[in-house]
Amino acid sequence: MGTEELTGAEITIRCLQEEGIDYIFGYPGGAVLFIYDELFKQNKVKHILVRHEQAALHAADGYARSSNKVGVALVTSGPGVTNSVTGIATAYMDSIPMVIISGQVPTYAIGLDAFQEVDTVGITRPCVKHNFLVKNITELAITIKKAFYISSTGRPGPVLVDIPKDVSQEKTKFYYPSSVSMRSYNPTSKENPGQLKKAIQLILGSKRPMIYTGGGVILSNATKQLTNLVQMLNFPCTNTLMGLGGYPATNKQFVGMLGMHGTYEANMAMQHCDVLIAIGARFDDRVIGNPKHFYNKERKIIHIDIDPSSISKRVKVDVPIVGSVSDVLNELIKLLKASKEKNDRAAIKSWWAQIDQWRKRDCLKYDRRSAIIKPQMVVEKLYKITKGNAFITSDVGQHQMWAAQFYKFDKPRRWINSGGLGTMGFGLPAAMGVQFANPKGAVACITGEASIQMCIQELSTCKQYNLPLKIVNLNNRYMGMVRQWQEFFHGNRYAESYVDALPDFVKLAESYGHVGMKIEQPNDIEDALKEAFKLKNRLVFMDFITDQTENVFPMIPGGKGLSEMILV
Amino acid sequence: MENEAGALSRVAGLFSARGYNIESLIVAPTEDPTLSRMTLVTVGSDDVVEQIIKQLNKLIDVVKIIDLSDGDHIECELMLVKVRAIGKDRKKIKGTADIFCGRIVDVTGKSYTIELTGTCSKLDAFLDTIERNTILETVRTGASGIGRGERILKV
Ligand SMILES: Cc1ncc(C[n+]2csc(CCOP(=O)(O)OP(=O)(O)O)c2C)c(N)n1
Repeated sequence: MGTEELTGAEITIRCLQEEGIDYIFGYPGGAVLFIYDELFKQNKVKHILVRHEQAALHAADGYARSSNKVGVALVTSGPGVTNSVTGIATAYMDSIPMVIISGQVPTYAIGLDAFQEVDTVGITRPCVKHNFLVKNITELAITIKKAFYISSTGRPGPVLVDIPKDVSQEKTKFYYPSSVSMRSYNPTSKENPGQLKKAIQLILGSKRPMIYTGGGVILSNATKQLTNLVQMLNFPCTNTLMGLGGYPATNKQFVGMLGMHGTYEANMAMQHCDVLIAIGARFDDRVIGNPKHFYNKERKIIHIDIDPSSISKRVKVDVPIVGSVSDVLNELIKLLKASKEKNDRAAIKSWWAQIDQWRKRDCLKYDRRSAIIKPQMVVEKLYKITKGNAFITSDVGQHQMWAAQFYKFDKPRRWINSGGLGTMGFGLPAAMGVQFANPKGAVACITGEASIQMCIQELSTCKQYNLPLKIVNLNNRYMGMVRQWQEFFHGNRYAESYVDALPDFVKLAESYGHVGMKIEQPNDIEDALKEAFKLKNRLVFMDFITDQTENVFPMIPGGKGLSEMILV
Repeated sequence: MENEAGALSRVAGLFSARGYNIESLIVAPTEDPTLSRMTLVTVGSDDVVEQIIKQLNKLIDVVKIIDLSDGDHIECELMLVKVRAIGKDRKKIKGTADIFCGRIVDVTGKSYTIELTGTCSKLDAFLDTIERNTILETVRTGASGIGRGERILKV
C-alpha cells in the first residue's frame, strides 16, 4: 500500500499510466472535470479530443483492433454516455478489448434525476462484457484493474467503469495491484485432449475438407499457426468478413471471403465439404445464411472457439474444442506432425480440382471497360498503389463489401470494419485510432457518401492532430446497399435511399483544412490515388463519382443457403 | 452469484434480451454474505437450456451454475393464501389445510391466511382443492432447489 493520498481523479490517471496507456480518446463535461484536470497535469497519457463521443469510442476501437492493445475512451455522464452507446455496442459485437471511463453525477445525487444523470450501468449492460459503478473510492483502483483484466482476457470485449463526480474528488491511498483474480471469472480454459484426438481423426480422414476462420484468429494472434496448419494440410481456407487477414489472401489456398457476399468457390466449398474446421468464427446469419439450408448430413464440423456459448448456438457441431485459438492450433499442429496417418492425397487433389472449377466462375468479375467509374476498380487500384500494405477501415454498405472482396489482406489487423453491428459512421473515427496506433502506417478509409456523413465532424479532429488519412469516398449518390435490396426484393421502389443535397466534398474537406479531390473518369483513378499518397502529411478526401447502379455480387438473399447465390 | 448490486438485473436482462423464459426466480444471500444463491425455473429444449447455462456462465457476477433437473433434487416453494372463511367453510378449509400440512398464520372473523410449503405441484393441488371463489389473495415465492445427498453446489 502506497502512503500518498490521491484523489479519485488522480488515481484514475495513475491507473492508466500503470497500464501503459499512451492514448485515450474522449470528450469533457461536468462529471469528468476532475479527471480532465489531472490529465492536464501530466503528459504520459495523451488525450485525443474528438468532436462527438461516438467517434471517441470508434477511435479507441480502431486503435485496439490495429494494435492488439486495449482501447480507452473517456466520456462525461448523461449525453456523453448515450452518445457512446453505438460505439460500445460496435466493439461488443466484434469482441474488441476496450475500457470506457464515464463520469457520473455524485453518489448523493444518483437516482434523483440530477442534471445529466442517466443509468449508465443499466443503459450499457446489454452491450458490454461487464460494467461497474464505483461508489466507494477505496474500490476505484482495483475496479480499473479488473476492467482491463476482463476486457483483454478470454473473449475480449468492452468494459465500462462509471465514476461519480464525488468519487473522483475524494482521497485515498493509492495502490495498483499487478494482477487480479476473480472467483467468478476464469478466462483460461484448457482444450480437452479427447476432443483434440477426435478432431485429428476427422481431419486426417477427410476427403473434402474446408477451413473456415473468423475474427477469433485475429483476436488471438493466431495467424502464423493458422497459416502453418492450412499449408501443412494443403486444405482450402476461407475467412469471414471479420477474419480477413487471418490467412494471406494472395496465397493460392485462400478461396476468398465467404458469406452473403462471399465468393462462389468459398460458399460452394463450405456447403459441400465433408469436414469443416471452424476456427474463431460463429456461424452467424450473414456467413452461413439459413441454418436449415446450411445443414448437410454428410458434413462433420469441428469448432474451435474460446467462448463455449458460440459453440452449437446456431449450428450443431460434432467436435467442440473450447480454448484460445492459438493454443488449440499449436496443439493440433503438434498432434498432426506426430501422426503417422496422412490425408488421402488423391482425394484432396480431386477436391482442389472441383474448387478450381468453381473458381472458373470468376464470380467477382465486373465491367473493366466501363466509361463510368466502377467502385471495384477504385479498390483494386488502391490495393495496387498501396502495395497491399495499407490499413483499411470502412463504413457499412456496398463499399465495405467491395473493400473486403478486392483489397487482398495478407496480414492481420489491417482490415478494420464494423462486422457485427454494421455501424455506419465507424470508418473515419476508426481510421484516426488506427493512425495513432500506427503513426508510420498508410491508413485509408473506404466509405460511401451516406456513411461518411455520420461522423464527418471528425475531419476537424484529423486537422487538430495532423492525421494524414486518405479517404476514399465511393460516391454513388445512393445508400447503395439499401438501394440494392430495394432493387432485388422490393420491386425497384427506392424508398428514401437516394442521398440528396450532398455537400461539395472537395470544398468541405478544404474548409476543414484538408485536401479535396473529385475524380470522375476511370482513367484518373490511379493518378489521383498516387497523388494523394504522395501527400504524406495531408489528409486527402477523394470523392470518386461511381456507377449508381452497380451491385455487389455474389449475393445470398436473406433466408437462403450458401449455394443459392445470385451471381453476375 | 456475487452478492453485488446489479447482479440480479444482469441475469434478468440476459433472459429478456435473448428471449428466454423465466417461470420463477428466487434469490437471497447465503451463509457467506458475499454470495447470493438464485434458483431460476425456466422451460426450453435441451439445446435452449444448454445455451442458457453457457450464457449465464459468461456473466461475470455468476460464480457457479448447475442444472438441478439433471439429477436428484429437492424443490420447495412457499405460498401464503388468504381465503374467505365464513360459517361452515371455516372448518372445511382448516381440514384441507391440515391435509396439505398447511399452517394458519393469521385469522380474522372472515378470513384465514394459510402458509404452505412444498413442491410447486403440491401448492397447485391445494389451490385446485379449495373453492376458487374463496381465494382472496395468493403470494408464492417460486421454487428454490437443492441437490439430494452428496450433490452439493458450493464455491
Ligand atoms: C447507423 C446505421 N444506420 C443505418 C444502417 C443501414 N444501412 C446499411 S448500408 C446503408 C447504406 C450506406 O450507404 P453508403 O454509405 O452511401 O454506402 P454504399 O452502400 O452506397 O456503398 C444503410 C443505410 C446502418 N448500417 N447503420
